[in-house]
Amino acid sequence: MAAPEPEAPTTARSRAKDHSPWNWLLFIPIVVPLIPAFFNADSPRLFGFPRFYWLQLAWIILGVATTTLVYQMTKKRGDR
Amino acid sequence: MWRDHLTEIIVFSFLFLLVSAMGFVAARWRAPRDMAHLDEWGLGGRSFGGWITWFLVGGDLYTAYTFVAVPALIFGAGAAGFFAVPYTIVIYPMVFLVLCRLWSVSHRHGFVTPADFVRNRFDSPILALLIAITGIVATMPYIALQLVGIEAVLKTMGVTGDSALARHLPIIIAFAILAAYTYQSGLRAPALIAFVKDSLIYIVILVAVVYLPYKLGGWGDIFDAADAKFKASPAPGDGILLNANNQLQYVTLAFGSALALFLYPHSITGVLASRNRDVIKRNMSALPAYSLLLGLIALLGYMAIAAGVKPLPGAKAGSVDGNTVVPLLFDSQFPDWFAGVAYAAIGIGALVPAAIMSIAAANLFTRNIYKEYLKRDASPAQEANVSKITSLVVKVGAVACIVFLDPQFSIDLQLIGGVIILQTLPAVALGLYTRWFHRGALIAGWVAGMGLGMWMLYQIGNPTTGKKHFAGSAFPLSEFGFDTTKTIYVGIVAVLVNLAVAALLTLVLRAAKVADGVDATTPDDYFADEGDPRVTPGPDRDADAAREPVA
Repeated sequence: MAAPEPEAPTTARSRAKDHSPWNWLLFIPIVVPLIPAFFNADSPRLFGFPRFYWLQLAWIILGVATTTLVYQMTKKRGDR
Repeated sequence: MWRDHLTEIIVFSFLFLLVSAMGFVAARWRAPRDMAHLDEWGLGGRSFGGWITWFLVGGDLYTAYTFVAVPALIFGAGAAGFFAVPYTIVIYPMVFLVLCRLWSVSHRHGFVTPADFVRNRFDSPILALLIAITGIVATMPYIALQLVGIEAVLKTMGVTGDSALARHLPIIIAFAILAAYTYQSGLRAPALIAFVKDSLIYIVILVAVVYLPYKLGGWGDIFDAADAKFKASPAPGDGILLNANNQLQYVTLAFGSALALFLYPHSITGVLASRNRDVIKRNMSALPAYSLLLGLIALLGYMAIAAGVKPLPGAKAGSVDGNTVVPLLFDSQFPDWFAGVAYAAIGIGALVPAAIMSIAAANLFTRNIYKEYLKRDASPAQEANVSKITSLVVKVGAVACIVFLDPQFSIDLQLIGGVIILQTLPAVALGLYTRWFHRGALIAGWVAGMGLGMWMLYQIGNPTTGKKHFAGSAFPLSEFGFDTTKTIYVGIVAVLVNLAVAALLTLVLRAAKVADGVDATTPDDYFADEGDPRVTPGPDRDADAAREPVA
């Protein structure tokens, strides 16, 4: 349901509003946190945190960065 | 005894009463002349901007139960409890675009609930009724769980009695106050209180994650203490890392819970109350600030291990109440007055979501049961009134759950709630993108997913606690005949079966040319935004003016 537009094309005018290649970036913070091979280990530790914990916390930043980027790039021009 | 905790009790009560007063005043906050309309009472006038929405949605997704139960899970099982972090990361990019579509179509047509949308999209009152009932049933135990959060705090402060009534009296009083101001102020009350709740929680957690590691010898020692505990315990699934058998469970539970989160009617209520699409998009990138908080709160479970916290006894002899771990940690490590502030944060943290949930459940009843089946020509004022009264009934029901049932039972109900709310995914979430599914097929898919989900949950026992059924959401794949000890989250399997049945039956019904009703929405409805002159009542019979107090 992650959504970059699996729907049938509607009117050309409507599509222009939501459709953007930037939306595909949203898959990164959906897929990456769900691959345990990346994070299920103790070393290296950071400030005493095993990798399992600090890396998953770091992905929050990945999520924020990606959604913010997509929001900024798809924002309607001339809007507040 | 409660006398040892006098300072904590005074601080807790003071802050609790302060926000209650705010709850009553909230009726006048940003209020229009006429509150007797569901858009005003139940959606705060659909006018909330970025900050309010952030606090409101954050306040209703990250509940007292999260703050109490997630660390308790980490305390007991270790890494497996950390699933809440990836869960709250993947949710926002996933719904980033979906919720905007829901917002637009809901504004055009005056929808208040997800079932309103389904009713008009698929032209099926039966499907809408199923969605509404699913939402109400999934929400009730969730409200009851908020009480479990308050109860854990009260128990730690020694405010307990011997008889059932004495034990529950503080909660009954707290909920009576909550019910009164929700009745009066509607969604404006939790929106206003959420500011206080989250400020308190942020303060408490920032202090906790700086001060406690310093006191307990640093993060490295905290993790080592947890590691040592899990290595010594006989349970196979615990540890500070995942093992080979529970990785699939971890990932599917995180993903499935994320799918479920914005299907809960109360999350949708918070989203529909926002002013425009921009507010939603901005919030989807700003809300993860709470996830960071959640991750740190989760680690309080390990701090409790390092601090040698022993949970208080549970309701039954020989059992322990894991939910008391965090309150006990605060009690043992902080000065009394600060522990009181922390308890107030948890207690108030329970009221905000409980209020939003009861409003959402009340809206579902009003729109999709009362107006659909009991009184077709209900006026907006009558709708608002029914919703107000229903919200009271819902809260009485939630209190009854806690008083008359073992709280453990409410936790099991909540587990079931997550699995059943997921079954509304094809109609609500996919329905926003496609009308390809046939309404009959969606109903059949719902029945199949629900049946399978319940059967799977029924099969899951827990040998350590001696429970035979509904003891968890990790289903062993060996039950399906796979030669493995891996487990998987029940909700994911059930919703996949739901989708498969809906897809297959759609093909069959289309081939048989069974009537499919009329879609009351147009493709353009899914892009409408604030300021668009067409964000006004549609031609639809249910349409109440989504009047915008345009800024």
